[in-house]
Amino acid sequence: MPASFQPDIRIQREDFDVNAEIARLSEGRADIGAVVTFSGLCRDEAGALSALELEHYPGMAEAEISRIAAEAIERWPLLGLTAIHRFGKIAPGENIVLVVAASSHRQAAFEAANFLMDYLKSRAPFWKKEHRVDGSTGGWVDAKEADDQAAARWKSR
Amino acid sequence: MTEHPTKLVYFAWVRERIGRAEEDVALPAEVETVSDLLQWLKGRGEEYENALQYPDVIRVAIDHEHVEHRERLAGAREIALFPPMTGG
Repeated sequence: MPASFQPDIRIQREDFDVNAEIARLSEGRADIGAVVTFSGLCRDEAGALSALELEHYPGMAEAEISRIAAEAIERWPLLGLTAIHRFGKIAPGENIVLVVAASSHRQAAFEAANFLMDYLKSRAPFWKKEHRVDGSTGGWVDAKEADDQAAARWKSR
Repeated sequence: MTEHPTKLVYFAWVRERIGRAEEDVALPAEVETVSDLLQWLKGRGEEYENALQYPDVIRVAIDHEHVEHRERLAGAREIALFPPMTGG
């Protein structure tokens, strides 16, 4: 097993740079053989959406993602793990979330990134509100049953 | 038991319907579990009734950790009520 390490969890209003985050994890290291990144972006829903407003629960958002990350580190032989989630108003095309998982081999990195996203979607305290191009507020995005099912499938493994 | 004030915090449409982001409440002794709390809050006025009309969909966290509705409140400092999460 690799030495344990602290995952890098950030909840921030500012954008992030995917390449810079990969470099931050892997630069100067020769033990990492695989880096998997997932970026979640804001869609415009066929031109109808002008922005998503992300509300979060300060304190718990960090705590919950840290708990999910700790579980990922326990389950897979990871060498690095970063999760960044933005809040505030985000325009279509902009970044919302980033997960970077590093390991010696690809399978652990793929699975850990997938696991982190599945759990983050159903357990991290964030809520999306839609702002529409016509100036109206589209209301709060409904949680999807499919996201709960995606998280549940990791329990049977 | 819980004579000291407990901080309640609300998010997303729960916050909007109740009309405030947080408040301190003195919970009566008979409010022992999360379910009891949701029932008790519903009786506090129309805005609470509106926000908590379907208690089953409300997610609850005690001191920054998710809990089930059967969880006891004893010792809770901060209780959060919110809809299912839609981050990521």
